[in-house]
Amino acid sequence: MSDAPLPAALAEIAEDFSSASNPMKLDLLLEFSEELPALPDRYVGQLDKLERVDECQSPLFLTVEVDDGERLEDRPVHLFFDAPPEAPTTRGFAGILHEGLDGLSAAQILDVPDDAPMRFGLAEAVSPLRIRGMVAMLARIKRQVRAKTATAASI
Amino acid sequence: MSTDNSKIAGYAHPERLVTTDWLAEQIAAGAVGAPGGIVLLESDEDVLLYATGHIPGAQKIDWHVDLNDPVTRDYVDGQRFAEVMGSRGIGRDTTIVVYGDKSNWWAAYALWVFTLFGHEDVRLLDGGRAKWIEEGRELTREVPTPTPADYPVVERQDAPIRAFKEDVLEHLGRPLVDVRSPGEFSGELLHMPDYPQEGAMRGGHIPGAKSVPWARAANEDGTFKSRAELEDIYLTEQGLSPTDDVVAYCRIGERSSHTWFVLTQLLGFDKVRNYDGSWTEWGNAVRVPIER
Repeated sequence: MSDAPLPAALAEIAEDFSSASNPMKLDLLLEFSEELPALPDRYVGQLDKLERVDECQSPLFLTVEVDDGERLEDRPVHLFFDAPPEAPTTRGFAGILHEGLDGLSAAQILDVPDDAPMRFGLAEAVSPLRIRGMVAMLARIKRQVRAKTATAASI
Repeated sequence: MSTDNSKIAGYAHPERLVTTDWLAEQIAAGAVGAPGGIVLLESDEDVLLYATGHIPGAQKIDWHVDLNDPVTRDYVDGQRFAEVMGSRGIGRDTTIVVYGDKSNWWAAYALWVFTLFGHEDVRLLDGGRAKWIEEGRELTREVPTPTPADYPVVERQDAPIRAFKEDVLEHLGRPLVDVRSPGEFSGELLHMPDYPQEGAMRGGHIPGAKSVPWARAANEDGTFKSRAELEDIYLTEQGLSPTDDVVAYCRIGERSSHTWFVLTQLLGFDKVRNYDGSWTEWGNAVRVPIER
């Protein structure tokens, strides 16, 4: 694991998970799954506008919006996810990332270490195989932020 | 209900399958979770699904966390298995009913692992979790607290129903059933559509394997097709015979557990082995033959 720090909100979630017993971790993950906000109206029925994350065991779609601003530090990022209720684990991973990253600046999101999903102590509770889904979500979020800020900068 | 019962009566081992009606009656009669009664287990792909609501009295068993060894790519040993079972109030002679998501994939997988340890009375709920919910039956979030039971430490007997890579190499030329999707069979896809890349270096199938995707054995509602419909597929169309020595495989052995159940328990095949190394082993192994 790298030593790079997590953003404060994500670090707090990681701390909550790490200090919980395995059954408590699952309860906590379920709460995140239930608290994942629904897609706003402009994306409902428009899954083709979202990116599909194939690495998740059940289909997950996500997209990011980056507000305008001079510098990456001044451009808040908003995250949107969609996953079915029959996929609570996938929804839980999305819920953690939403709670921990939504509203941060593009610069802060790009600085999130790629191994962040490994810092929740979730591997032994849900198996390392399943964690791959969250690693893939984070990678796509960062890639989208990079792409969306690059386009604006080049205009 | 009567059609379900007569469908089940037609299978080679009807005692291996129960209906949602039967289960609901057992629950109403207080037989599930009672001392000496039936133990109901939910086995899902998604590790949290049970917690979102399950059949009253059901306990969770997780294919990955409970049944796989945490270090070696293998199933748990007799000691660990005894702990997993005993902690759920299961004794050697307990009747176990397993159900799960995805047309009982993972339920069939758990049942197959239980069979490696020779647990006698283990049954599947026909239609699994989806059918129970579809019928508007009760779900609960209440997690039962079973009285632990003494489950003996029994040695796993792999040989009769489990094949390893070496066994498959010796088996070449005899019937093999590849239960993956057509794209995986042809080698176009290295993994299931919609699923994570569980990397294999090569695509294709084991030479001589017949392509019979597992889902052909299931109806839309997740129940198993009738014996006559299954015979049409596996006997008439594929030319298999219940006396054949068959090896079934998929990607990691979970979908082929479903087919193993169909062939052995529903159609009465004598010798079917599940090759759980499956494509994640074969597609990565050096110098094994591959057909495309």
